[in-house]
Amino acid sequence: MTQENATTPVLPPPVLARGPIGWARANLFNGWFNTALTLFVLWILVRTVPGLFDWAVGSAVWSGDAAICRAEGAGACWSFVAEKWRFILFGTYPADQHWRPVAAMAAILATLLASADRRMWGRPLAVIWPVGLGLAALLMFGGVLGLDFVPTTLWGGLPLTLALSVVGLVFAFPLGVLLALGRTGDLPVVKALSVVYIEVIRGVPLISVLFMASVMFPLFLPQGATIDKLLRAQLGFILFAAAYLAEVVRGGLQAIPKGQYEAADALGLSYWQKTRLIVLPQALSLVIPPLVNTFIGFFKDTSLVIIIGLFDLLSTAKAALTDPAWRGFYKEAYLFVGLIYFAFCYAMSRYSQFLERDLSKGRRR
Amino acid sequence: MEESIIQLRGVNKWYGEFHVLRGIDLDVAKGERIVICGPSGSGKSTLIRCINRLEEHQAGTIRVHGVELDNDLKHIDAVRRDVGMVFQQFNLFPHLTVLENCTLAPMWVKKVPKAEAERQALKYLERVRIPEQANKYPGQLSGGQQQRVAIARSLCMNPSIMLFDEPTSALDPEMVKEVLDVMVDLAQGGMTMLVVTHEMGFAKSVADRVIFMDRGEIVEQAPPEEFFGNPKSERTRTFLGQVLNH
Repeated sequence: MTQENATTPVLPPPVLARGPIGWARANLFNGWFNTALTLFVLWILVRTVPGLFDWAVGSAVWSGDAAICRAEGAGACWSFVAEKWRFILFGTYPADQHWRPVAAMAAILATLLASADRRMWGRPLAVIWPVGLGLAALLMFGGVLGLDFVPTTLWGGLPLTLALSVVGLVFAFPLGVLLALGRTGDLPVVKALSVVYIEVIRGVPLISVLFMASVMFPLFLPQGATIDKLLRAQLGFILFAAAYLAEVVRGGLQAIPKGQYEAADALGLSYWQKTRLIVLPQALSLVIPPLVNTFIGFFKDTSLVIIIGLFDLLSTAKAALTDPAWRGFYKEAYLFVGLIYFAFCYAMSRYSQFLERDLSKGRRR
Repeated sequence: MEESIIQLRGVNKWYGEFHVLRGIDLDVAKGERIVICGPSGSGKSTLIRCINRLEEHQAGTIRVHGVELDNDLKHIDAVRRDVGMVFQQFNLFPHLTVLENCTLAPMWVKKVPKAEAERQALKYLERVRIPEQANKYPGQLSGGQQQRVAIARSLCMNPSIMLFDEPTSALDPEMVKEVLDVMVDLAQGGMTMLVVTHEMGFAKSVADRVIFMDRGEIVEQAPPEEFFGNPKSERTRTFLGQVLNH
């Protein structure tokens, strides 16, 4: 039926039911409880936001020395960050060489960005990762091509945090997948070993694993030989993260129906073909949210390496505060590194949401 | 009878204490179409699942093309390459397109080049009358379409034997026929088929032999005219009474 023939006129909805007013009525002021809640939240915002804005922007000190910041009525002391950002970001890495950690981080970020593209998954990644990480290591260590050698004892700040977390998770993830496969598989010895490993590691705090890695690895080495402290922390971190990732992956493996295994078997696929082509793609895409949750958690847990004397991003910020001239600007220091952590974690979170949507396209079950 | 390509001798299997297959002897000739029926729990699905080793038998011997199914993985692989299977729940791979479902095993198991595998896959998708769905995901298809894709996926491995485990039991009634039509077509092409089904119409029109199983044993086997016209065992008569007159 066309509109001309309609007997009842076609009218727009009443003005109070559409647009921003309609939305507010439907969502903010529907019922006395929601109305009260809305007003309460508004009151809190009115009480806090102007003060916060004034501190962070209005009365903030953007340059100059600490004395200006300590003046009556001064807000956030961003000049502290302006003064210390290089130390916070790069730790004790030689100041004239700071372009190297910057370039190394760019290499790592480029590697991550390239891996984010699903068209790269498969063989390209096997090239991208060794090249990207190799380049980053080359830049950080130096010692060749006219670059001065910089030992890991001088590394710190964001490059250290990135190295620990990216390298850690890249090695921990395949190890975790293998442990999960071992635990859910049919081989009794492999299964028992996987269970024992996972349960022991999960039953111990990360700090003690890092301590053990720091103190115990050297005991297994011949007299006089040493392993780098960073490498020890890295190993401890990988071993620890693998146990957690294994349990996340196991959750995905258990959600794959038996029929998928049977269909793959009936077609004559080998165990590894079945695992790689049928089981893991489905299992991993099911556990993207808890997987990324674990990644984010471990990214931040790298800050625990301070207990064995490595200066990650959080530790360099703390160290910056020990400068007698700039003592006491905790809020600024922690906000600054907090924002950096947040940027990375939020990026991971957004990417995981994109990936989940992308992978579920056309794949209703 | 020609030489049998599937040979079972004294096959026994237990699930824990439950004796699910009891002394099964069976010979299947090349090109023979066999329908296996029986009440649920009679062991008919278990029987055909033993033929491609999805289930392991614990006593007796199973030979397919003369290859004995034992613990030698090479034997199991050889048998599985040559025996296709269609499941009640389709079991398509939901993360792969229809075409990828069909080309996966030829490419990875038989190392067929991709272009050739796709050509073959489209040929079989055409045969099951569904070529236009090649780039969709299984979740976007109806049950009947999914089951036809599952048949095409098996055919892409060029099996000489096809096992069907209740292929129409999970389908809505209006989709049963499209799957049965494909199976009839396959039977007329000379495929050796073992079909577990309750579709007695299919058995009557297509089967060379109907086997009735009950409580883990083969109670009766006969050509369809004889099986339906003049069943010998009381148990068969009871079963037929239940499935034919509902």
